[in-house]
Amino acid sequence: MTAATALGKDLTGLEYLSADQIRLILDTAEPFKEVSERPIKKVPALRGKTIVNLFFEASTRTRISFEFAEKRLSADTVNVAAQGSSASKGETLVDTAKNLEAMRIDMVVIRHGASGAAQFLGQRIRSNVINAGDGKHEHPTQGLLDLLTLRDKFGRIEGLKVAIVGDVLHSRVARSNIWGLTKLGAEVAVCGPASLLPRNVEQLGVTILPRVEDAIQWADALNVLRLQLERMQGGFIPSLREYNRVFGVTTERLAKAPKDLVILHPGPMNRGVEIDSDVADGPHSVILPQVTNGVAVRMAVLYLLAGGSPDWAGAPGRGEDH
Amino acid sequence: MSGILIRGGRVIDPARKLDEPGDVYLLEGRVEGVGRNLGTPPGAMVVDAGGQIVAPGLIDVHVHLREPGQEDLETVATGAMAAAAGGFTAVCAMPNTDPVCDNQGVVGFVKAQAQRAGKARVYPIGAISLGQKGQQLAEFGELVGAGAVAVSDDGKPVVSSHLMRTALEYARTFGIPVADHCEDPTLAGGVMHEGLVSTRLGLKGIPAAAEEIMVARDLLLAELTGGHVHLCHMSTRGSVDLIRRAKERGVRVTAEACPHHFSLTHEACEGYDTNAKMNPPLREAEDREAIRQGLKDGTIDVIATDHAPHHYDAKEREFDDAPNGIIGLETALGLAITELVATRLLTLPELVARMSTMPARIFGLPGGTLAPGAPADVTVFDPAAEWTVRPQEFLSKSRNTPFGGRRLTGRATVTIVRGQVVFQRPD
Repeated sequence: MTAATALGKDLTGLEYLSADQIRLILDTAEPFKEVSERPIKKVPALRGKTIVNLFFEASTRTRISFEFAEKRLSADTVNVAAQGSSASKGETLVDTAKNLEAMRIDMVVIRHGASGAAQFLGQRIRSNVINAGDGKHEHPTQGLLDLLTLRDKFGRIEGLKVAIVGDVLHSRVARSNIWGLTKLGAEVAVCGPASLLPRNVEQLGVTILPRVEDAIQWADALNVLRLQLERMQGGFIPSLREYNRVFGVTTERLAKAPKDLVILHPGPMNRGVEIDSDVADGPHSVILPQVTNGVAVRMAVLYLLAGGSPDWAGAPGRGEDH
Repeated sequence: MSGILIRGGRVIDPARKLDEPGDVYLLEGRVEGVGRNLGTPPGAMVVDAGGQIVAPGLIDVHVHLREPGQEDLETVATGAMAAAAGGFTAVCAMPNTDPVCDNQGVVGFVKAQAQRAGKARVYPIGAISLGQKGQQLAEFGELVGAGAVAVSDDGKPVVSSHLMRTALEYARTFGIPVADHCEDPTLAGGVMHEGLVSTRLGLKGIPAAAEEIMVARDLLLAELTGGHVHLCHMSTRGSVDLIRRAKERGVRVTAEACPHHFSLTHEACEGYDTNAKMNPPLREAEDREAIRQGLKDGTIDVIATDHAPHHYDAKEREFDDAPNGIIGLETALGLAITELVATRLLTLPELVARMSTMPARIFGLPGGTLAPGAPADVTVFDPAAEWTVRPQEFLSKSRNTPFGGRRLTGRATVTIVRGQVVFQRPD
């Protein structure tokens, strides 16, 4: 079942996909959006497939989104919250991988605190591996749902100006966004305190904007990153209060924008820190459509990695069984 | 006791600026003579060195042999065997064992284990501070009395500038170098070089400045005290530059570089290869080039391996959790010839100087020359031998190397210590 699919065996990051592969996922997600609007939200595309959701880090939104995507495709799923499993008893990731393999599962969705964990797993088991966020590396399905949401809103990605604002240094969402957006022809800027921008980030093909006011002047859309509270203790910023004053996305700042900006946020939000409530709940926020699209892109990824036909065009009743 | 005649090789002895075809005759643990057509003394064993280099035994001043404490990774005996297979007749063992080599008991134990093994010589390096905790000076007098040839807290930097100053001053009494692992711990704490690759992989980086700050400090303290500082495993262009300028103004500094730092860059970490994880980390192409130039112009005095054995499953981990370090004894000579000599950066005599003459001189060790009367420690190597690195064939207990499968040129064929053949590569 692990024959080469349109996406390869695993989805570990958008860096490793071509523009065509990314577009294929977005196009495949379109008909799946409709499945979630039906009274009976289920298609048989992954009937008989077993999927393990292996979460070594706490997650609510991503885990639930994957689980809905899997269930709406009729897969059998098991959730492993690995903080309370053998991992906490010292079992290594390679042993966990071998045990999963021995149970003959078809796919693993992994969330892990170490960068590279999804690739590590993918190289060691035959099952398809989907990265649901690895350390500070990538969160490809988040990047895909951001792309889908922008495409819904603007009708295109190419030529869009998207500013990623906040803690880029520690953000896997930022990296997946940078790869996905630049591959599809958007212009990307990163904006945040220099202490939270990674070294040589401009060599990834992005512009650095030092002030959030500059980003607001320049961009068509802002992707506002969550500021993790522990960054203050890490000495990267003086205080959350200061962060909000200097980098917060506020209505006052947005009022000076030359055009209405679309506002994205990967969640969970720190209201009043990186984003003000008025902005998050305002008319230009697409934060909830992002969540809706999350289920559709994850259905598309699962479907394609399971060997689903790329030309599947809106006939969910005929989902493939292998 | 009968002697050994090494016949028909190219004899290179940089200490005497010697580079000519000839024979080397070893008798009773000493070099008896070097010259053309020495003839075969009765009863002598003959080693045919035709087409090969005959050099004073190679010396690696920076290895971790893990004994006492982690004998599952390496022992003094297996490390000394791996050294011999790599062409090294002597190694200096770092003190970060368990217990730490901060007293004469451990120094004596390491020496006794080496004697029992009877392969390469092993010279213990004592700790700078008790338990390598960076607080109280170890008893250098006792350590030297038991056989330590230098002091170092390697694996950890000496954070306290006062302690480093005191160590440099106090070590002068005994004429030993203080070898420092240069790393500002408040800037470090990453898992690879900080740069484009760490940004892409989402791994925490260690900036070059973390090393260079401590290099600059150590140079200033060496200047202040007149002590001899030896800087371990230099990895950045900034460090090379600082050392070059310090040498110009007469600071007593010597420095070493590792084969991986003149062979690889941080791009080896792609794919989260934990065998490319070491500290200091693999740096950028410009850093690698600066290290090579430093070896050429003598800013970097010696090549040392930082041989650091780890069990395979310790490296079979997430990159963040894998231990630092690779083994190097059995690949160092091949890498040096492939990367430095075949590329025409160094001549063979210059290479022998960096791997034998200078290590002996800096650490005050016997050997490093084939002058008559010198210890009969000799390395015979074929500078043109092509071979493939096969970690499963290593004599070290560990296999952690990023060079598996790599084609190399140049390899030791016979290693002689104290006039005894301790390694001979099967044909």
